[in-house]
Amino acid sequence: MSDFKIQIERFGYAYGNETALRNITLNVRRNSILAIFGPARGGKTTLLRSINRLTDIGEPGTHSGRILLDGQDIYAPGLDVASLRRRVGMVFALPVALPMSILDNVAYGQRLRGVRSPSRIQDLVQQSLEAAALWDEVRDRLDAPATSLSGGQQQRLSIARVLALEPEVILLDEPTAALDPISTAKIEEALVTLKRQYTIIIAPHNVQQAGRVADDTAFFLMGECIEAGPASQLFTVPRDQRTEDYITGRFG
Amino acid sequence: MKERLIGFLLFMSALVSIASLAVITFFIFEAGLPLIFRVGIGNFLQNSIWQPSGKTPQFGIAAMILGSVWVTLGAIMIGVPLGLAVAIFSAELAPPWLAAVIRPVLQLLAGIPSVIYGFIGLTILAPVVRAAFGGPGLSVVTAALILGIMILPSIVSISEDALRAVPRAYRDGALAVGATQWQTIWRVLVPAARSGIVASIILGMGRALGETMAVIMMLGNALQVPRSPLDSATTLTSNIGLELAYASGQHREALFATGVVLFVLIMILNLLANVFTGRLVLWRSRAPSLSTMRTLWRNRVPASDRRSS
Amino acid sequence: MNRQLSQRFAFGLLWSAASATIIILAIIVMFIMVQGLPYVNLAFLTGGPIAQGREGGILPAILGTFALGALSLIIAVPLGVGAAVFLTEYTRPSPLTTIMRFGTDSLAGVPSIIFGLFGFIFFVTRLNLGWSLLAGGLTIALMVLPTLIRTAEEAIRAVPVAYREVSYGLGASRWQMVRTVVLPNALPGIVTGIILSFGRAVGETAAVIFTAGTALNIPTSVLSPTRTMAVHFYILAVEGISLPKAYATGAVLIATILVINVVANLLITRGVARAVRR
Ligand SMILES: Nc1ncnc2c1ncn2[C@@H]1O[C@H](COP(=O)(O)OP(=O)(O)OP(=O)(O)O)[C@@H](O)[C@H]1O
Ligand SMILES: [Mg+2]
Repeated sequence: MSDFKIQIERFGYAYGNETALRNITLNVRRNSILAIFGPARGGKTTLLRSINRLTDIGEPGTHSGRILLDGQDIYAPGLDVASLRRRVGMVFALPVALPMSILDNVAYGQRLRGVRSPSRIQDLVQQSLEAAALWDEVRDRLDAPATSLSGGQQQRLSIARVLALEPEVILLDEPTAALDPISTAKIEEALVTLKRQYTIIIAPHNVQQAGRVADDTAFFLMGECIEAGPASQLFTVPRDQRTEDYITGRFG
Repeated sequence: MKERLIGFLLFMSALVSIASLAVITFFIFEAGLPLIFRVGIGNFLQNSIWQPSGKTPQFGIAAMILGSVWVTLGAIMIGVPLGLAVAIFSAELAPPWLAAVIRPVLQLLAGIPSVIYGFIGLTILAPVVRAAFGGPGLSVVTAALILGIMILPSIVSISEDALRAVPRAYRDGALAVGATQWQTIWRVLVPAARSGIVASIILGMGRALGETMAVIMMLGNALQVPRSPLDSATTLTSNIGLELAYASGQHREALFATGVVLFVLIMILNLLANVFTGRLVLWRSRAPSLSTMRTLWRNRVPASDRRSS
Repeated sequence: MNRQLSQRFAFGLLWSAASATIIILAIIVMFIMVQGLPYVNLAFLTGGPIAQGREGGILPAILGTFALGALSLIIAVPLGVGAAVFLTEYTRPSPLTTIMRFGTDSLAGVPSIIFGLFGFIFFVTRLNLGWSLLAGGLTIALMVLPTLIRTAEEAIRAVPVAYREVSYGLGASRWQMVRTVVLPNALPGIVTGIILSFGRAVGETAAVIFTAGTALNIPTSVLSPTRTMAVHFYILAVEGISLPKAYATGAVLIATILVINVVANLLITRGVARAVRR
C-alpha cells in the first residue's frame, strides 16, 4: 500500500466558466496534517469540497484529472458517494449545530448508517466528544439543544460529529475562522492529537496556524498549487518567490 | 433502490398539478365542446337567448358574457384603487403596528367564505342600493361593490410584494433630488412596480370573473342583457352554479360549454399575469432596469421645482 | 407648497383606504356574529337538523365540514409536500420545472366553479363515486394543492443551506437529508399551509355542492354524500328556510375561519413562512 492516503493527480475544477482549480498534483501522507494555504479565492475550499464530492451539490461544475483515496478514484462511475463522505469527513468554516440535541448531533451520521444500539451510540458519542475536547463541557447536558452551545463549542461539536463517523480523512475548511483565540487553541490541540488516527487536510485560518499544526503544506494561488512540501522546508526556504512574498506578508 | 423509488414518487407528486390541469381541461372541453360546435361558436357567443329546455332550445350566452364583463369591470373599479392604496399604505406608510394589523385583516378577508360575502351583499348592501338608487337592489352595482372587496387581498398582496421589491436606491435617489415622499411613491415606486401591479389587477379580474356563489346571491340572476348598473343580470359562473344541479342532456352540455368559455378566459388572464410577474418567461430581456431608469429620468423632478421645497 | 398639499391629500386617501379595509372586515364579522351568536348554543352544535334545518342543529354539517377538510388534506398534503420537496431538493430549474410551476400557478387561478364542473363530470359521474365525501375530497385536494406547494416550498427554502451541507457531508443520501434536516425544520411553515388549506375547504361552496352533494346526514363512509357548513348556510339563506338558523350557521362558520387564521398566524409569527394570502 502506498504511503499516500490521498493522491491528487492533475486535478482541475470549474464552476461553469469560472476555473477554480487548475492542474493540481498533490499527495497527502497517511496520519499527517496537510495545510493548504494562500490568499482568498485561491481554490482551497474548492479542493476540500472536491475531495469528498460536496461539490456535487450546489452549482453544477466540471472536474478533470483524478483524486485517489487509497489508490481508488473517488470520481469513478458507480462509486457510492455517501460512503465516500463517511470515509472523508468535512468541517466547515462556520460552526453549524443542527437544531437537535447535542447527542443527536454527534450520533447523526451513525444513525444515518442505521446504527441503532443505544450503548454503541453512547460510546461513540462520548469518545468523539472527548477527542474533540468537548466532553467535559457537555457531559451533563447531552440532551440540551446543540444551538445553545457557544460558537467555539459548536465548532468542536462539528468536529465530534465527523469523528463519530469513524472516518479515515478529516477535511477542515478554516475551522477557526469564526472563533476566539482560546477556542482556536483548543481545536488546534485536538487536531495534533487526532492525526495519530486520521489523515487531516486543513485550510488554515492564517499562515501562523499552518505553521502551528501542519506537517506538510501547499501554497495555493489563483487556483494553482504553487509549491508543496514539508512545513519546515516551505516556511524556511520556499522555492518560489510568490510563496515567500505571501509568507513574509508582502501580499494577501 | 429505495432512494430511486422515493425520487420517483416525489417527481410524480410534482407532476400532479400540471397533470390535473390537463385532465381538467380535457374533461371540461370534452363535455362542452360538442355543443359549441353544434350550435356554432358565433351563435353560442353572440346569441343572447338562453332557453335550454324549450321546444326549440336556444343556447346563447351573450347576456351572461356581458353580465360577467360588467360585474368584473365594476369589481376592478372598486378593488383596484382601494387595493393599490392599501398596498402602498402597507409598503410605505404604515407604522409597524398598523402593518401588523392590516396583514391578518387581509388574510381574514381572503379567508371569509364567498357565501358570507354574498349574504352580506344580499342582506345589507342590496337594500341600501335599492333605497338609494332604485331598481331591484340585487344588481350589478351591489355585486361589483362586494366583489371589489373580495378581490382586495389578491390585489394588495401582489402589488405590495412588487412595491417592496423596488430597490432601496430608487427611493433614496428620488428623495435625494428633492422629491416629496408622495412624489417618490407615485412617480418612482409605482412605475417601477407596475408589472407586478398590472399582474395583480389581472389576477383580480380572474378572481372576480370566476366567483360564483356570492354572485348568485347578489346579482338577481335575471337572464337579460344589463342596460344599467342598477339592473339585475346573470354571469357565466352564476348560470352554471344555478342550473348544474338539475340540468341534463343538451342543457348540461351547454353548461359545460359555458365552462369552456370561462376556462379559456381565465387561462388567458393567468397567462398574462404570469408574463407580467415574470414567473413565465416567454421572452428573455434585460430591459426592466433600463426601462425603469427611463421612467425615472422622464419623471425626474425639475430643478426649478426642487428649490421650492 | 402645492406639493406638500397634494402629499397631504394623497396620504389622507391612503389612510382612509387602510381604515376602510379594517372597518369592512369588522362590519362583516360583527354583523354575522351579532345576528348569529344568540342562536348558537350547545343543542345547535350537537343536534341534528329538523325540517331541512328550519329547526334543530347543524351537527351533520359540522362533521361533514371537518370530514371533507380532513379527507382532502390527507390526499393533498403528501402530494403538495412531495412536489415542493421535488422542486427544491431534487431538481434544478429547467423547462420541466417551469412547466410544473406553470401547472401549479394556473391551478391556483382556476375558479372553484370549474373545479365543481370537473369534479362533477369526472369524480361524480365518470368514476361513478356519486355525490360523496370522496368525490368532494378529491376535488378540494386539487384546489388546495397550489397553496400547499407554495407554502411548503417557501418553508423549505428557508431552511439554511448549511444544514444541508452538514447532512450531506456526513454521508446522508438525498432522502435522508430531506427527512432529517429539511422536513423537520420546514414543518411549522408546512403546517401553516395545511391550516390555510383547511380554511379553503371549510369556506368552499361552489366546488363542494356539485361533488359532495347536499345530503343532511352524518357521513358514515367516504362514499356518503355530505353537506358542509358553507353549503348549509347557502341553502338556508337562499332558499329562505330559516334566517335565524342561517345567521347561526354563519356565525359558527366565521368562528371556525377565525380560529384557523389565528392558529396559522401564531405559527407564522413564530418565525416561519409568509402565508400565501392570495
Ligand atoms: N459556488 C461557486 N460558484 C461559482 N464560483 C465559485 C463558487 N465557489 C467558488 N467559486 C470561485 O472559485 C474560485 C476559488 O474559490 P474557493 O472558495 O475555492 O477559494 P478559497 O481559496 O477557499 O478562498 P477563501 O480563502 O476566500 O475561502 C474563486 O474564484 C471563486 O470565485
Ligand atoms: Mg474558502
